[in-house]
This record gives sequence, C-alpha cells and structure tokens, in this order.
Amino acid sequence: MEKVININLKIWRQKGPKAKGNFETYKLNGISGDTSFLEMLDILNEKLINEGQEPIVFDHDCREGICGMCSLYINGHPHGPDEDITTCQLHMRKFKDGETITIEPWRSAGFPVIRDLMVDRQAFDKIIQAGGYVSVNTGGVPDANAIPIPKAKADEAMDAASCIGCGACVAACKNGSAMLFVSAKVSQLALLPQGRIEAARRAKAMVAKMDELGFGNCTNTMACEQECPKNISISNIARMNREFISAKMND
Amino acid sequence: MSTILDAKIPQGPLAEKWTNYKNHQKLVNPANKRRLDVIVVGTGLAGASAAASLGEMGFNVLNFCIQDSPRRAHSIAAQGGINAAKNYQNDGDSVYRLFYDTIKGGDYRAREGNVYRLAEVANSIIDQCVAQGVPFAREYGGLLDNRSFGGAQVSRTFYAKGQTGQQLLLGAYSALSRQVNKGSVKLYTRYEMLDLVIIDGRARGIIARNLVTGKVERFAAHAVVIGTGGYGNAFFLSTNAMASNGSAAAQCYRRGAYFGNPCFAQIHPTCIPVHGEFQSKLTLMSESLRNDGRIWVPKKKEDAEAIRAGKLKPTQIKEEDRDYYLERRYPAFGNLVPRDVASRAAKERCDAGFGVGSTGLAVYLDFSEAINRLGLKAVEARYGNLFQMYEKIVDDNPYKTPMMIYPAIHYTMGGIWVDYELMTTISGLFAIGEANFSDHGANRLGASALMQGLADGYFVLPYTIQNYLADQIRVPRFSVDLPEFEAAEKEVNDKIARLMSIKGKRSVDSIHKELGLIMWDYVGMGRTKESLETALEKLKEVKKEFWTNVRIPGEANTLNVELEKALRVADFLEIGYLMALDGLNRNESCGGHFREEYQTPEGEAMRDDENYSYAACWKYTGEDKEPELVKEPLEYEFIVRQQRNYKA
Repeated sequence: MEKVININLKIWRQKGPKAKGNFETYKLNGISGDTSFLEMLDILNEKLINEGQEPIVFDHDCREGICGMCSLYINGHPHGPDEDITTCQLHMRKFKDGETITIEPWRSAGFPVIRDLMVDRQAFDKIIQAGGYVSVNTGGVPDANAIPIPKAKADEAMDAASCIGCGACVAACKNGSAMLFVSAKVSQLALLPQGRIEAARRAKAMVAKMDELGFGNCTNTMACEQECPKNISISNIARMNREFISAKMND
Repeated sequence: MSTILDAKIPQGPLAEKWTNYKNHQKLVNPANKRRLDVIVVGTGLAGASAAASLGEMGFNVLNFCIQDSPRRAHSIAAQGGINAAKNYQNDGDSVYRLFYDTIKGGDYRAREGNVYRLAEVANSIIDQCVAQGVPFAREYGGLLDNRSFGGAQVSRTFYAKGQTGQQLLLGAYSALSRQVNKGSVKLYTRYEMLDLVIIDGRARGIIARNLVTGKVERFAAHAVVIGTGGYGNAFFLSTNAMASNGSAAAQCYRRGAYFGNPCFAQIHPTCIPVHGEFQSKLTLMSESLRNDGRIWVPKKKEDAEAIRAGKLKPTQIKEEDRDYYLERRYPAFGNLVPRDVASRAAKERCDAGFGVGSTGLAVYLDFSEAINRLGLKAVEARYGNLFQMYEKIVDDNPYKTPMMIYPAIHYTMGGIWVDYELMTTISGLFAIGEANFSDHGANRLGASALMQGLADGYFVLPYTIQNYLADQIRVPRFSVDLPEFEAAEKEVNDKIARLMSIKGKRSVDSIHKELGLIMWDYVGMGRTKESLETALEKLKEVKKEFWTNVRIPGEANTLNVELEKALRVADFLEIGYLMALDGLNRNESCGGHFREEYQTPEGEAMRDDENYSYAACWKYTGEDKEPELVKEPLEYEFIVRQQRNYKA
C-alpha cells in the first residue's frame, strides 16, 4: 500500500542577503509518501551533514500549520501544490515517483532573503505595530458579555483572524502586495464593536505603513486568495478599501 | 546543609490572600518606572502579555524571541480553549470550583494559594481578551459560548474554533505591538538567550546570540523574566514546536535557580500516532474532541489482531464488540477524564494487546455517534479544522473512519521553582507560564495552560515584580562592560567553541533522537525504579557521545541552525537527567508521574502524602556533580486531599 518515491530536488541556495544565489540539484531515493515535506528536507539535511556539507536553511517551527513560520515556494506555488495547507502539512504522497521538485524562497521586495530559503518578514510585524490592535491597557475593561456580538459577525471576524502571517499572499502576488494580510487584520477588528472605534485610524495607519515598506498594490488577480493556506477571502480587501476610503473622506 | 524555601504565601483566608497581597505590596511611581529596565525572554502567552502589560505601565522593556516574529511562539498552537469560572452557562461554576478542579486535577501537588489566585484572575483574562478583539465563539444571542474539558463537570472553556491559542496569542501580540510602536518595548526577534548574568546576587542581564549574524551580545536590566515555555522536546518527539526548548530554564538552573518537579511531564492522550523513523514531531488532536468523540478499542483480541493485519476495518466491528474503556472504567467523567488518566488507560489497553493501527500503538476516537446525533454539519462546525488537519497528515477521512490516536509528550508541569511572587531563588529573576514549575501540580487540566500563561503575564507578574523593583529605583542602569557580563559572555563563547571543535561523526538530530527514545522508554508514561536507574546510566553515555562525537557544520560567527540545535540538545541532556533523577526520588504515583510500583489494584495512581507532599527542587552543584534536593513542603490548610476519583 505504502507509496515510496524517488525524487530530484532543485533548491535555491544563497549565502546571504547580498550574495548571488543559484539552484543546486539533489537526489533523494526511497522517500515514503507518509513523510511530510519538511521531514523530506530533514532527510536531505541529515544526508548533507553526513557528507560534510552545509544543510539547507529554511524556516519552520510548529509543523502543524499554525505558527506561520514555514514558507517555501514549491513548484511555483507558495506552500506547494496541495490546497488549504502550509508547507509543513504537505506530504510526499502528493508527488510522483521521479518528479523534479523546485524549491525557492518567498520572492518579494518586502521579504529579503536571509539565507537559502529563509526570508526576513519583519515588515509584517511593522505593519501590525502601526495599528493592528485595539488600544486597551491590561485591566479595567468591561465584562466579556457586556457587549453582545451577532454570531455571524463574530464568525466572520474569526475567519479573518485565522491569518497566520506566513506571507504566502505576498509571495503569490505578481505585485508583491500585502493587501490580503493587512486587510485580514483590518477586517477582523472593524467587524467587532471593540475594534470599530479605531477602525478609521487603523486602516489609514496600516495602509500607510504597508506602502512605506515597499509592498505593491492590488490588481485583483486573486492569486493571494487562491494560495492562502488559511482560505482568507479577498472580500477582506474590499472591506479594507471601504474602511480606507471612508476614513480619507472624513479627513 | 539546610536550605529553607519560603514560598511567601500571604496570610489570611484563601479567598483573600491575593487581595491582601495587592493591598500591601510596594508600588513604583510612574516617574521611576521609566528608569527601570526589564528583560522579558519569550513572546508566548506569558511573555507577550507580560511585556505588553509592563510596557503599558511605563517600564522600559526588552523582549526577546527566537522566532522571526513574536506571533510565532508555540502558544499559537494551543487548540481547545481557556478556562474561566464565569458561570455564564449557569451550571454551578464558581472560582472555588475552578480552584478545586485544578488542584485535584494536579493530584494535590500544587500550592493552594497559587491555584486559588489563578482561578480568581481567570475571569479577568476573558474580559481582557474580548476587549482586545479576540473573536471567541458565540451563541446566536450574541453571548459567549462554552464547552467542556477534561476533569470538570461544568462547561467553562472559552474557545475560538480549534485555534484558541492562536487567537489569544494574537491578542497578546497586538497589545505587545502597540507598545513596540509607543517605544516602551524594544523587540529582539531571532535572538536566543544563552546565559543569565548575575551581579551581587541579583539577576541583571542576559547574554543572547543574534541568530542571523551569529554575534553573541550582552543586555542589561534591573530584572529578568523568563517566559520560554516547557522542556517537552527532551523527548525529541512531542507536540511542541521544533525549536521549543528548555535552555533558558537550564541556564537559570546552572546560575542558581532551583528546578522544581522536573519529572512532572504531561502526556496528552489524543495525538496522531508515530508512523516512521523520520518523523519530526507529533501532532495533537485537541482534547475538545473528547466532548463528542468516544474512545474505544476492540473487545476481542482477535479483532484487534485482524485490524492490525489490515484484514478488518473499525467500522466492521459491531457495537457490542467495542470496548469504550474510559466510559467503562470512569462512568462519572467518561471520555472527559483528565489527560494523565486517559493516557494511561490507552497504554494499558495497547499493552494488553488490544491496540489498533499497524503498530498496535493506537486507539480509536470515534465520531459516528456524534454525527448521528448532531449531524455532519454540526460536527464539522465544531471540529472542522482538526478533522482537516488529521486528514492531511494521515490521508484518511475521520468523518467516515474513526481517528486513530495515541498519547504523546505535550506539556511540562515542572520548571523553574518560583515563590508566590513568581520570583525564582535568584533575586530579580522571575519565571512565568510553562517555564515555571507552576500551578498545575503533577498534572495540568485541559484549557488551563492558556489560563496560567495569561494570568501570570497580564495579572500576576505586573503586580509582583513591582514589589521587587520598588527597592531598585535608586539603582542606575548597568553597563554591559562590567566584568560579570564579560565573564558570562566568555563562558558562552567557550562553550560554542568547544561544540564547534568536536567535529565528530553524528548530526545533532541523530543524538537528540537517541536521547528522546531513552526518555520515552525509561522516563515515559510508566516508570519504575529500574527503568529510571537505567535511564540515568544511558543518559550519561549519550551525553558523552554528544560531547565527543557531534558534528556541527559551518561557522559559529554566522547563521548556523545546527549550532542552535546543538546548544539546545546540550541542555536537554541535563534536563533529561534531572527528570529521571526526580522521578527516581519520588516513590509514589501522582498525576503525570506514574511509578508502576505504586498503583492501586485497579491500576490507579497511588499517592503518598505522608512522604511526598512536597515540591522537589533541584539545586545545581556543578558540572557532572549530582544536584542537591531541596524540599518545599506543601501544606493543605483549606481542602482535604483524597485519592482522585473520576468514577462516581
């Protein structure tokens, strides 16, 4: 029953942010279909270490699809060919025997390469720091049930809040736009009464920071929604645009 | 030599202790707060909430994490929920009941005063999170929804789908981000703490390595807070994230902080079973699934054998041939017994030959009854993301075939010893969240980790640390050129140089896996005197192997993931040893610590309150020297301890 495959890997290697990178090819035999994609890279790294070479650097941590640390542009898709999952949840059963798999880092002006497949995503933190919060201090807040929230609104906010900040949307976008990421946070908080109060201020501050950091604009190709491992909807972008325009009109 | 450990529990009735403390503690005025620096290591629920709250209060905070963003700390992966005694469901909940369930769930190995405070501040956490915009699940009337978790007979768990940890962490992260924007918190991402700096007996800074440049740097502060999580990855395979580690705790331990109850590790009953030797981690399936899922194995051995051989499917086993062993053994709590009880029961069935899956090390978690009762849609709404995760990993549809699960290491109740103020045995060094030896005693109840992490970070530490800092307002900022910093940095650099110079034959992971297997086989779910003694011997060998035969490619003065891993494994070797030593000392079974010699005829854990009613604290005595045991007696003034009973 168990599927075992041999694969060829074409992996981007780059010493540092300013170094010139190139593809290296590797061969791996006897990979079980039940192996996860990152476990396959672990196997390759173990092999490289035993051969006295430097292992491939890639970001990863929780390996259950929630921390947003793993990235990888696999065969032209952020997080690989399977749908609605992150790279760490991708399994080798999705690949064919003899297949050549190309692995690249996120490629975007907003995310410079640190080494090999690891990129710098601090820009996302900076956008959140610009306004992705409700301005309340610890303590002195009302009882949790003081403000009822319609279930549909709460559920919609939860869907937007599911964003894991991995950056696949940026990597998928031909403009390198961060609109899906930014709009998910703007939406979540604009939908809830607690966040509504600062909605206008938040939309302006986050959009301004996004522009400042060199992310591109949205031209509605919908690639971000297609590739998002958490199915964040582009309707959030529409909502953010509404919030932004009405905020500007009131200025 | 006698060392007295003072937990500094405030006087007075249980329900008034925390209020009394707050009424009499020292405070720091706003002008002085600006002059005081606090280092917070870690950005999980405890670290992020503490850093944000301290920043809001006006302290100058330096916050470190090893990930590329504070939002990625492993708290993000908590699924099920967070407990609080709001009694919104009108099912008889109260602060006292939450306190009682928690201390009973921990098998009476935690402090009454601490646990009561935890239960007391839990309600404020829910209020705080809602105010931050955390989208908790709601009812159609617009009010908050709850569900049940193990060890409780009320519904007190608040949740956001199966992603509660994510939403709570993002809430704390947003509060933290707001302070970063204001300038009260300075963030250091991709930095790893490598040592604690002590000046005149007080914690005054850390040595940390910039993981991108490889540069070892010095940071000074008036106080240091450790919120770096647990050490479950000593087992290699666990539900922890790959980089989760116990190194900060180990460094504090070597600098004089006592390590409390290291043997108390939690094995979570519902994880996806191990499948192969290249497996890198185990994935948890939330405890919330036990609200509707029923756990069973075949009643007949021949059925179990046929299933293992692939000749029979679970759906072909008739209802009367299924053994719902938790419902059979524990009628009052059924599938919602605490984690330690559920894990041991699964092991008992598998050891007896009734396990399923190709290895025989799995049991079923079956939703067919719930799907018949509630409909597929309702089950999907409750657990959809968990079912999807299971299907992606196992390639099997849990709506049609029962899930297969098996226990795995999940959480560590042990950790750095702290007093009521969350201060360690080193002045000015505090530990919060999973990193401390905490309020969970010998076993943590589900949905209580999030509660404790946020309680410590939002509502406890920001008060108690002031009681310490109030005496520090005249102390000027420290220079990192002081000899203590220089010496600590040199020690770190020497250790790194020693590791790099070994140039052996084995990868860090291969040795880490060897360590993990020893831990699982001899310090795992069922421990004996012999197994623990064997572990201690084997751990010495693997430590020697590591220090003579590890291979770390590349250079130290640049990004080097293998070096990062090696530094962590070096500490896991120490912690693993402490776990085995502590387990050997504790001649009783309690909570997650099950010594097979000490069980009732029905196979339940047998505590020994006469001799082991204490927190076992281990004091470092030097490299390769046996640590010294210091006991903090646990006195129960307010409740009567009983053998835990989940049967009736």
